[in-house]
Amino acid sequence: MNLVVEGLVQRFGDATVLDGLDLRTGDIRALVLVGPSGGGKTTLLRILAGLDLPVAGSVAFDGVALPREETGLRAYRRRVGTVFQSWNLFPHLSALENLLLPLVHVHGLSRAAALARVRGPLERFRLAAEAGKRPAQLSGGQKQRIAILRALVVDPQRLFLDEPTSALDPEMTAEVLEMIGELSREGTRFVLVTHEMAFARRVADEVAFVAEGKVLAHGPATTMFDACPVPRVRDFFSRILP
Amino acid sequence: MPRALAHTIVVAVLIGLLLLAFRSSGYEFRWEGVWESREMFLRGWLVTIGMSLAALVLSALVGLLAAMGLASRYRLVEALARVYVELVRGTPLLVQLLVGFYVVANAVGLENRYVVGVLVLALFSGAYMAEIFRAGLASIPAGQRDAARAIGLTPWQALRLVILPQAVRLVLPPVAGQLVSLVKDSSLLSVIAVSEFTLAAQQVNSLTYSTLECYLPLAAGYLLLTLPLSALARHLERRFAWEAGS
Ligand SMILES: Nc1ncnc2c1ncn2[C@@H]1O[C@H](COP(=O)(O)OP(=O)(O)O)[C@@H](O)[C@H]1O
Ligand SMILES: [Mg+2]
Repeated sequence: MNLVVEGLVQRFGDATVLDGLDLRTGDIRALVLVGPSGGGKTTLLRILAGLDLPVAGSVAFDGVALPREETGLRAYRRRVGTVFQSWNLFPHLSALENLLLPLVHVHGLSRAAALARVRGPLERFRLAAEAGKRPAQLSGGQKQRIAILRALVVDPQRLFLDEPTSALDPEMTAEVLEMIGELSREGTRFVLVTHEMAFARRVADEVAFVAEGKVLAHGPATTMFDACPVPRVRDFFSRILP
Repeated sequence: MPRALAHTIVVAVLIGLLLLAFRSSGYEFRWEGVWESREMFLRGWLVTIGMSLAALVLSALVGLLAAMGLASRYRLVEALARVYVELVRGTPLLVQLLVGFYVVANAVGLENRYVVGVLVLALFSGAYMAEIFRAGLASIPAGQRDAARAIGLTPWQALRLVILPQAVRLVLPPVAGQLVSLVKDSSLLSVIAVSEFTLAAQQVNSLTYSTLECYLPLAAGYLLLTLPLSALARHLERRFAWEAGS
């Protein structure tokens, strides 16, 4: 995927959260967004995922601009998948029904066809035994893996993941990262916000450093982590990288 | 101690004290006159049930509309809903019944006092329902709407498949509680001469001059309705408590 963001502005009340953000990637599979908390990563990702409209600026994936009205955006959201930090599964439905809902009600599959579609992925990620359980009965790692599957089973063009492991303990973090790593190896395209720098280095084709509502630096993972010319970014990594 | 046993002990002690109080007051019970009017009691009791149920269904509709009005983007709609809720919750039902029947219904030519009674009760209860629904909708986390939009649901699908099923679980217990209040509040319908349960007791009383013999069964008749409803409300609350957490 090739992403071009130009002059993106987002405001909440008086606060300018994205301040003319520009980003131009190569033809890549995985883009990782890093940066200090409050820097605007979530705000940017929500616009990329078609959840929020920016005040100004434009976004285009592979040369196609994102729609600027709700109906078009909804159609766009049906072609991509979004995973939230706090999973946001539907608590009144079982894990299985969480997966079936978009297939049946958004993509028009029959229940039988939807069931056939989700069976393989559930088994593959060792979640078949949890399919009948409500979210409240699942561990955090299981919930997040179901949430990733819910985004994935509709066969999206790309995934948007916002700190998918920030609410998890280390063991569950590992199981979720392993799943994302596996999807990445198979060629799933995604934009990922994360603080897991070792993982970012492994999967990212490009890394963008977002702070103060702008992209302060961006480039291939190795350049960004080991030899970023921007002092502010070097400073950030030297504090959090071992 | 099992809960049922504890309840039985408390109730037995209360009845004992009540009997002692009657004994020392020297009140002589004469049940014959009341027993002869049992059909009047029964009819009144059934009217109370019917009108409460009718008012509940109507007030759920009114409450849902008002709750949506309270959340509306349009200032006038929001103001209308807010004024309705505050006006109704801030004035006694007695006044609403009298004004509703002698002023409003009279002005529009509505004569059936049962219809007027149900309408006023429904409008009264609807203001409380509105707050119950508003609180229920507001307590669905924003992440649920986000997730519903993210998978591409339309606003109407999001409401039907994601928001309402969760909100219903949240509001069912307080709605059952509201029905308890409604059953008791319906006793005020006697002031516009609707022959419900309380009016039946008053009428029998004026015929037989046996006050306690009329009002004790009246209390029992209301308890017969409200106790199971309260139990239902508590049961619903327990049943849905564990389901929280997305
Ligand atoms: N809906 C909102 N309303 C008001 N302020 C917001 C909202 N969303 C984000 N912000 C503010 O925007 C800034 C950037 O937030 P965010 O994009 O979540 O940063 P990050 O994800 O990088 O931590 C923060 O200061 C945050 O408080
Ligand atoms: Mg964030």
